[in-house]
Amino acid sequence: MSDPRPNVVRVSDESLVHARGLVKRFGDFAAVDGIDVDVRRGEAFGFLGPNGAGKSSTMRMVGCVSPPSAGVLRILGMDPARSGSRIRARLGVCPQVDNLDPELTVRENLTAYARFFGISRRVARQRAAELLDFVQLSDRASSRVEPLSGGMKRRLTIARSLVNEPEMVLLDEPTTGLDPQARHLVWERLFRLKQQGVTLVLTTHYMDEAEQLCDRLVVMDGGRIVAQGTPRELIERYSTREVVELRFPVPDQGAYGEKLAGVGERLEVLPDRILLYVADGDEAVAEVHRRSLGPSSALVRRSSLEDVFLHLTGRTLVD
Amino acid sequence: MAPWSVFEFHMVGYRRTWRGSALSSFVLPLLTVLGFGVAVGAHVAGGVQGVPYLDWIVPGLVASTAMQTAIGVSTWPVLSRFEWMKTYSALAASPLRLADIVAGDFLYLLFRVLVSAGAFLIVAAAFGAVHSWWTPAALAVCALVGFAVGGPTTAYSAAVRSDSYLAILLRFAVLPMSLFSGVFFEVGALPAVLRWVAYALPLWHGVELSRAAMLGIAPHWPAAAHLAVLVSWVTAGIALTIRQFHRRLVY
Repeated sequence: MSDPRPNVVRVSDESLVHARGLVKRFGDFAAVDGIDVDVRRGEAFGFLGPNGAGKSSTMRMVGCVSPPSAGVLRILGMDPARSGSRIRARLGVCPQVDNLDPELTVRENLTAYARFFGISRRVARQRAAELLDFVQLSDRASSRVEPLSGGMKRRLTIARSLVNEPEMVLLDEPTTGLDPQARHLVWERLFRLKQQGVTLVLTTHYMDEAEQLCDRLVVMDGGRIVAQGTPRELIERYSTREVVELRFPVPDQGAYGEKLAGVGERLEVLPDRILLYVADGDEAVAEVHRRSLGPSSALVRRSSLEDVFLHLTGRTLVD
Repeated sequence: MAPWSVFEFHMVGYRRTWRGSALSSFVLPLLTVLGFGVAVGAHVAGGVQGVPYLDWIVPGLVASTAMQTAIGVSTWPVLSRFEWMKTYSALAASPLRLADIVAGDFLYLLFRVLVSAGAFLIVAAAFGAVHSWWTPAALAVCALVGFAVGGPTTAYSAAVRSDSYLAILLRFAVLPMSLFSGVFFEVGALPAVLRWVAYALPLWHGVELSRAAMLGIAPHWPAAAHLAVLVSWVTAGIALTIRQFHRRLVY
């Protein structure tokens, strides 16, 4: 374990994650139902999808703690079934639910974890200090984990995932449950990691997170990949430039669906609002007023991945 | 050495809590020796099997202490690392293999059992209840009892999702075992059914071997038979633990 990263060819089109027809079954239920994925070195790659889309099951397989039910999976060029331990030695994992040891101090959570990677005590202490600095927790190094805020625990978990200087970090819903300020701090740290050349693989059901962090992403639904590309490509391919959000002062928004026919390229009726997909939002709003429909509010915004997801699946991401 | 890193991880936690456990591993045996050995012993005229009652129960109590410590280490802490703190899932994400995690846990179990059994023997020696140079052999017996009890209990704690199952274990397995395993009186005094329960469970065999080591009293069964029962519990415990850890961590 002295040199954990032998024979690595550092080329950018090298696949760190290579999956073909990857399946994960639990009994009769296929949580992951035949996906093809390639994650290249140095990129930030996202799995976007609602709860139950199969993101976490995919991440567990990539993290070599869950054997695939079928298909081909290579991580860092190796087969998880044979080289699980060697692969895990070169990965960082930040799970969806923090699994820090609440009885240990902030620093001890890093140093004790580093020992699992065969890192010497001296190097472990040194790295713990650097990483606590990186996640802005140096002043809490000696305090116990239990009283830390959710955002601090998350940052500590991220720091812990970096103790072995991993080539690829897996982040399962890194900011779920955090308040906006804590989320921005985490995003900023992850962005710094990406700039340092660390490959990031993350799952999220937040479209803004995917747009902020991901170079490339796949949209998952029901265990399958329904679309893939850069955030911009996906928006261009599956949505219009702008969206008008209309709210009408009646319980049933659907009644207005027909009256809006022809205003935009497409419309989606949600329980609380109607989304008009249009090239020019202001022009569409003017047309709505010309038809005297009297919405209680009309908001023009740019298309987002949320719209892509809605278009692809007919459902919203967070419900 | 991967298992030692897991042992080290447990020791970091132990360093925060050892005062409490050290207190209980001295005070509890002290009270037991005083209460049973000295107070009850005063009413047991003529002793048991030809030795004074205090001397007779000390080897049993040390084995019982090993059992209690093993139970302490292998119940709530294990459940918590799976269910509440989820630290085992963090260990599984590292390069550690399941066998490393289990081996590290058992090293820590061994450490805790030896510390509390050793502390008990020191207390017993202070009461003049330790006579034989073979006494260290009783520590080896304690280690075996620790694994025989702690192994299967670790597997049990890894299998259940709520700590009410641990309370059931304590009430219906641990308590009867500590009462009916020849620690305080000979199993011959038990009704036949309970005697068979004592034969099947690990503690009585440890008590017999411990008594043989410390007092030179011949055990009721051949020593090899007692050893065989303990070793079967140890083997089953290791196998069940690895299976259960696999179920919980690799799915």
